[in-house]
Amino acid sequence: MRSEDMLTGGQILVECLKNEGVDVIFGYPGGAVLPIYDALYDSDILHVLTRHEQAAAHAADGYARATGRPGVCMATSGPGATNLVTGIATAAMDSVPMVAITGQVPTTLIGKDAFQEADITGITMPITKHNYLVRDVNDLPRIVKEAFYIATTGRPGPVLIDIPRDVSAGKTEYRDPGPIGLRGYMPRLAGEPAKVAAAAKLIAQARRPLIYAGGGVINSGAAEYLRKLAETIMAPVAVTLMGIGCFPGDHPLFLGMLGMHGARYTNYAVNECDLLLAIGVRFDDRVTGKVDSFASHAKVIHIDIDPAEFGKNVPVDISIAGDVRTVLVDLIKNLTCNPDPAWQEKIARWKKEYPLDYSREGLRPQAVIRELSDMLQGRQYRVTTEVGQNQMWAAQHFCITRPRSFISSGGLGTMGYGFPAAIGVQVACPDELVFDIAGDGSIQMNIQELTTAVNYELPVNVAILNNGYLGMVRQWQELFYNRRYSQTELTNPDFVKVAEAFGAEGLRVEKSAEIRPALEQAIASSKPVFLDFIVEREENVMPIVPPGEAISRMLG
Amino acid sequence: MRSTYSVLVENNPGVLARVAGLFSRRGYNIDSLSVSRTDDPTVSRMTIVVEGEKVVLEQVTKQLRKLVDVIRVRDITDEPHVDRELVLIKVNADSGTRGDIMQIVEIFRGRIVDVGEYTSIVEVTGDEGKINAIENALKPFGIIELVRTGKVAMQRGTRTVLVED
Ligand SMILES: Cc1ncc(C[n+]2csc(CCOP(=O)(O)OP(=O)(O)O)c2C)c(N)n1
Repeated sequence: MRSEDMLTGGQILVECLKNEGVDVIFGYPGGAVLPIYDALYDSDILHVLTRHEQAAAHAADGYARATGRPGVCMATSGPGATNLVTGIATAAMDSVPMVAITGQVPTTLIGKDAFQEADITGITMPITKHNYLVRDVNDLPRIVKEAFYIATTGRPGPVLIDIPRDVSAGKTEYRDPGPIGLRGYMPRLAGEPAKVAAAAKLIAQARRPLIYAGGGVINSGAAEYLRKLAETIMAPVAVTLMGIGCFPGDHPLFLGMLGMHGARYTNYAVNECDLLLAIGVRFDDRVTGKVDSFASHAKVIHIDIDPAEFGKNVPVDISIAGDVRTVLVDLIKNLTCNPDPAWQEKIARWKKEYPLDYSREGLRPQAVIRELSDMLQGRQYRVTTEVGQNQMWAAQHFCITRPRSFISSGGLGTMGYGFPAAIGVQVACPDELVFDIAGDGSIQMNIQELTTAVNYELPVNVAILNNGYLGMVRQWQELFYNRRYSQTELTNPDFVKVAEAFGAEGLRVEKSAEIRPALEQAIASSKPVFLDFIVEREENVMPIVPPGEAISRMLG
Repeated sequence: MRSTYSVLVENNPGVLARVAGLFSRRGYNIDSLSVSRTDDPTVSRMTIVVEGEKVVLEQVTKQLRKLVDVIRVRDITDEPHVDRELVLIKVNADSGTRGDIMQIVEIFRGRIVDVGEYTSIVEVTGDEGKINAIENALKPFGIIELVRTGKVAMQRGTRTVLVED
């Protein structure tokens, strides 16, 4: 082998990433990844330096959710790698395609408790779709190719590649690994025709059909077919938190989110439907409440790419394994349904009787969301959220009309997710308006990323719904723990000054009349903006299904 | 319910941890697990015996199939199959009891593979019932140490669990 044909493992990795179409990496360097960072120095892949590896993972995740392409994050060994863990787990719970690259101590030191050694493949086994420890630089091209394939196909998820320092520094010739040969991994696309036919038959018999749609619809790019299906059989559509955006929020058949913080009319409809078409969902406990009472009058059809979801939480009558989009295309052919007109009327009546409402006195968090939602209609925008009341109000009151524009940590419920995710989203969508809806608690979990936003001139806006509490936990303490507010009252910094100190812009809003002008100012600004909305302190997210209750038994 | 699975996996480092981790994370109960490579050095076979309700057992199969390193999973409980376990039992034995022990071992078609001044090691293979039976039969002499391999199983006749299946 001629020495000029030899590349380091780091250079080979960069080659492989380019072959996969990677144009941005979110990461943080360190000793064990130096050979990789050295190779990146010469490449035209954009590297976004976050201020914490957790943020790098969330940013890669936000990038992936906004684009559908895999997000890539990178960290050094040991503490760098373990700092990625929350971000990887977040992506795993929400089926987000991600490739995480970590440095590892040299192969000769593995197992010796070397400086900055952590068994990151061991640590991330339960929170990755698959992971690799690269032992030989010659394996690198194959492993990278497999990693991207696994992360993006079937049910998407995070894949971690752990690269020891001597592997990334080791030299060899770059060779294309050829076709992928994974005997144990063959995601299936089309649904079994007999099952699709059986589903069509059940649909034809339904009088009160209801669609329960989730993130799987967005992942498979099936929004258009979901809409066709709903309109063909005139079925109202309830969505999960992850499904927000898979069906237009302004469509007459749209019922919004179901479950713990679903609207009364939505949960009543689920309770009374006679056919539940569950599409790209996993019957999460926040959706079903008490499982025995969930859609208990309905036959259930479940369509999902992951057969392990069938019957995991709720028994189903017909399960169709396959890519949601492919299955819907098949299902829509020759579909008939004969819904009872009284069904639509009943739902319309419920909608009138139990709207998602709130008081207009003072500065209400819901008003902030509604105002922002109104202002953004007709524009290109993306919304991320933190976790807590802010997230649920955003889910309830934001009118989202297209997929991939509402981005939230559903499965893991990770506080501190929204802001770094928004940074990733803004990198992916430089021409769009990006808002993170935040709580005063959540924003402080990754507030250091304001530097990242300022450095890379990413004009992300953060609407902090500042109630001086860990609001959602306080709400539970109010409702279920006799108002004993243990450790939920927050003493906060001055967020306006914080923003300014970081070189961003800060605005404080204390009256509802100021909401719109402040939002306008933020939208017009070319800098990242922290909007500090001083909202009513003890506002609650209503309705709420108490934990363990049937979803038809809501409070509020 | 108790089910026996025949599982083929890539012979990659960490594959046992992946499978075992899946069981512990989801709270499934492993009764026994035996693993070693097959005639193909890139493939290992695991025989896993799991105790659980029907829904749990269904999940076991599905979750195992999701692992990238898992090539085949087959529940062979209800298929005709041969299953075997090997046990080594170190039992108290002196000149007074050695004859009785030999007789018992004979009945179970086992072998005595080590004889010491005060102990013997007995080797027996068989299905679970037989292993339990000899264990009980030798108990009165005083079992000092016992080691079982866990079950291995294979379908009878032409049925197989192979990579190409
Ligand atoms: C990392 C993390 N820690 C703890 C929690 C538990 N938790 C859920 S909601 C919440 C309160 C969130 O408070 P804040 O960000 O102020 O939002 P609010 O509910 O007031 O809108 C907490 C602590 C969590 N989801 N994530």
